[in-house]
Amino acid sequence: MTHSSTAPTDLPVMLPATYRGPDALGYCRWLAAMPVWALPVMAGLVLIWPTLVHAQTVYSTEKIMGIMAKWLPLLITKGFSMNVVISFFTMLLGTIAGLLLGVGRVSDNRYIRGFSWLVVQLFRNSPWLVLLFIVMLTLPFEIRVAGTYFSVPDWMKAVFGLSLPIMANIAEIVRGAIQSVPSAQWEAAESLAFTRRQILWQIILPQCFKRMIPPWMNWYAIMTMATPLVSLLGVTELVTLSRQAMEAEGNNPSLLVPFYGFALIIFFAYCYPIARLTMRLEKKFAVKG
Amino acid sequence: MDIMKGEVICIIGPSGSGKSTLIRCINALNDVQQGTITLEGYDVHDPKLDKLELRRKVGMVFQQYNLFPHKTALENVMMAPLKVLKEPKAEVEVRARALIKKVRLEGKENAYPGELSGGQQQRVAIARSLAMNPNVMLFDEVTAALDPETVKEVLLTIKELATDGMTCILVTHEMGFAREVADHIYFTDKGVIVEHGAPDTFFDNASDPRTKKFLGQIL
Repeated sequence: MTHSSTAPTDLPVMLPATYRGPDALGYCRWLAAMPVWALPVMAGLVLIWPTLVHAQTVYSTEKIMGIMAKWLPLLITKGFSMNVVISFFTMLLGTIAGLLLGVGRVSDNRYIRGFSWLVVQLFRNSPWLVLLFIVMLTLPFEIRVAGTYFSVPDWMKAVFGLSLPIMANIAEIVRGAIQSVPSAQWEAAESLAFTRRQILWQIILPQCFKRMIPPWMNWYAIMTMATPLVSLLGVTELVTLSRQAMEAEGNNPSLLVPFYGFALIIFFAYCYPIARLTMRLEKKFAVKG
Repeated sequence: MDIMKGEVICIIGPSGSGKSTLIRCINALNDVQQGTITLEGYDVHDPKLDKLELRRKVGMVFQQYNLFPHKTALENVMMAPLKVLKEPKAEVEVRARALIKKVRLEGKENAYPGELSGGQQQRVAIARSLAMNPNVMLFDEVTAALDPETVKEVLLTIKELATDGMTCILVTHEMGFAREVADHIYFTDKGVIVEHGAPDTFFDNASDPRTKKFLGQIL
């Protein structure tokens, strides 16, 4: 911080001019702002729930605990692990495609620039569920490559669907980062006879790489929290499995809170450290520039 | 305006008079709107000219140094010969170390630009340009952003370069320095060359009233 004068008044005009645009880290800022004890409190609420409902249902606390204990291992190994797998591959695909698209947004070829702009606008703010439905229902269940058929599992289609909005948003992060590098860097490199492509990949992008990490992680957290959407399309993951487990146990309403509460807790437990780390990196990189 | 090989030219004039634009045109950072520039057989004003080819022959140093902040001083100097000229790394490194020594920054090879003073950064920038073995060096107000005490070391480096026979074109506000090193001085105002001549004649016997006024304000 270079501006550290203590203003004698709190009049708005006396404050340093700061840009208050959309917050690139909004989600993680919100999540990271939660106290660490939020997690045990949430877990506690879910635990005492069975006791509270004890009087109203035939299911005793012990029975609900027993059912949960029976299903938890499966929910984690076959359920939440799939959410993590989907989020990883979505991020991988979305990052590669988003990087290329973001570079396309600053291309000196106006057709590439226009096309990239269109793709970004199309996918950046479309409803994720609609994109998912389109991809899930239009992609074939198997793909023929060189004479052999490869089946495309449902979760892979979900990855394609989710990576579209991620791609578009990461493209914007990349474009913003590239444009945040002073144009003098371009000039200096140009005067050394670097080509445009060399300047971009060897000089500009390495400089803004760090700047891109926090907003990139922010999108990872947002997208991970959104992975249960794919349960609506029948992909096996945590929420799908929870529903099936409750069905197997007779669909008793007193199971709803323990099962979905567990889903909330595990997502929180996974994304909360990511959010804290994001904010820490943001602070660290802000100092070094 | 004709510049011979090995000559040192200083361009002076009030701000907004087109000094920087002029030298930025020489390595095609700005487009030539009218008129012609010919550099060793290259028609710089020709829009079809291979700019990259031209820029290999013309080194440029900027007011704000513009070093690559994510690379060390040595890497900054080595980068262009490695990536643009595709020269072998071992060879480039030897040359880069020699250049850093030449600009008197021995021991700062592994420092990042952020760890160097303005004057040191500017000398790295000079070494970085020299690493391409240019035929001409352009200096665009290279001391304007520096602290007074570091101006000297940069000017000394340029002076040594000039003594070595490098063709230099400088845009500068350092009148004393211009008088000392330049073979020829050009004074520009509002986009045209108003007056030019050898340093002593220029500074002592300026004939154009605009030149006189400018020198009167500065000296």
